[in-house]
Amino acid sequence: MDKLSHAQSELREMDALAAECSPIHALHPLCKLLVTVFYIAVTVSFPKYNFSGLVMMVLYPVIAFQVSGIPVGLCFYKLRLVLPLVCAVGLANPFLDHTPLLQLGTITVTGGVVSMVTLMLKGVFSLMASFLLIATTSIDAICAALRKLHVPGILTTLLLLTYRYIGVMLEEVTVMTEAYSLRAPGQKGIHISAWGSFLGQLLMRSMDRAEELYSSMVLRGFNGNFFYADISPFCLNDLLYTAVCAAAFLCARIFDIPGLLGSFFVG
Amino acid sequence: MIEFQNVSFSYDGTAPVVENLSFSISKGESVGLIGANGAGKSTIMKLLLGLLSGQGQIWVAGLEMNKQNLPKIRQTVGFVLQDSDNQMFMPTVYEDMIFGPRNYGLTKEQAEQRVDDVLNRLGLTELKHRYNHKISGGEKRMAAIATILAMEPEVILMDEPSTALDPVNRRTVINTINTLPQTKLIASHDLDMILDTCGRVILLSHGKIVADGSAESILRDRVLLEANRMELPFCLQGRHK
Repeated sequence: MDKLSHAQSELREMDALAAECSPIHALHPLCKLLVTVFYIAVTVSFPKYNFSGLVMMVLYPVIAFQVSGIPVGLCFYKLRLVLPLVCAVGLANPFLDHTPLLQLGTITVTGGVVSMVTLMLKGVFSLMASFLLIATTSIDAICAALRKLHVPGILTTLLLLTYRYIGVMLEEVTVMTEAYSLRAPGQKGIHISAWGSFLGQLLMRSMDRAEELYSSMVLRGFNGNFFYADISPFCLNDLLYTAVCAAAFLCARIFDIPGLLGSFFVG
Repeated sequence: MIEFQNVSFSYDGTAPVVENLSFSISKGESVGLIGANGAGKSTIMKLLLGLLSGQGQIWVAGLEMNKQNLPKIRQTVGFVLQDSDNQMFMPTVYEDMIFGPRNYGLTKEQAEQRVDDVLNRLGLTELKHRYNHKISGGEKRMAAIATILAMEPEVILMDEPSTALDPVNRRTVINTINTLPQTKLIASHDLDMILDTCGRVILLSHGKIVADGSAESILRDRVLLEANRMELPFCLQGRHK
């Protein structure tokens, strides 16, 4: 399978994951969306040196991955291109912040190193939570949840069509690169001289297809609302899940749980 | 059921693609729209769906084509696209099929009932939970038709329904079309299929109606067809020795 076909099948895999059944999948999309946004907000709000507190935040994605039956490894595999970028964000910190924070034997751990690690963890945890949301909720259900939050219909439609457009564009790229390679044997990729026309054609073709696709939606009654996204009413379970998660995140943020546990066991 | 009165349309404002077109289609009629490439077949379909707006008047099921009536008209008219990939945009056949009914206010249970009814009627129950990208071209075309039937339209428009199908799938589509009681307007270059499915044919050339009559008479008229860049259906050519 070539790279493009692989990318297409990965995109479809996400739809398949979102269609599976588990207690997390069954939750109301609005509750999952709120919990995810709150989780990310709490995670990024940790002070740069609060490594031990931040580590507690790993519990949410780990538990949720277990309950939803989605392997954590799959998350890291799917995010393999983004993770290095996220991790690279704090790489300069050790060179900028030399404040000594810890002494591990003869090694002095500086504030720069700790802040680099916390920054990386914040990024990784946020990505894991976002992945969990899209792997357990269809794009239509996410858009429906956003509409419930009174996000303008034009924005949610834009989000939905962008998602669909990725698939359409990938299909067009596949067709065009196949046609190109059949007439350019021995060449690797697209020659630089053809990039301009290739991109122009790609844009025109995928716009045509996206327009057809949108027409097909409109002709079947789509008006920016997501009535068709099968969302059960917000029930007690959803409320409990949201409340428990929010309380747990706040506790992890306000209290030094690792410190409390340490003092409880060690004295 | 459908009426065009002096309808004209031009994409660029100068050269008309459809010019002063008038015709009407009665309830339950099955009409073939034929003509060479660029004759205006797809434009007529788009005008009928309100995707394009031109001059003149269009009436569908007693409703005049205008902004107020458009949602009701679109609920009345189902459109089977030429490329089923553009029509089947949801992950599974089931999700695609409930898309229209749910948008038009049916509950999940009502929509599901409709989906089951249509799939049963077309003998496609095994497709219900299949992923759209994993079904064959023929299955996808049938699923696309099922998707439209789930909306229970009074009029069905089909753009090249037999394109890119193998003979067996093509025959299945033809047989299915023949079982549909709705008013049908089918645009196609497949004249054999038009002969099999339509009682009436409208022949277009450069946006104008050249002939409008029974399928039998128009599709047997070699001179007329060849004058309009078409040819006799294969089944009437008598090529086999």
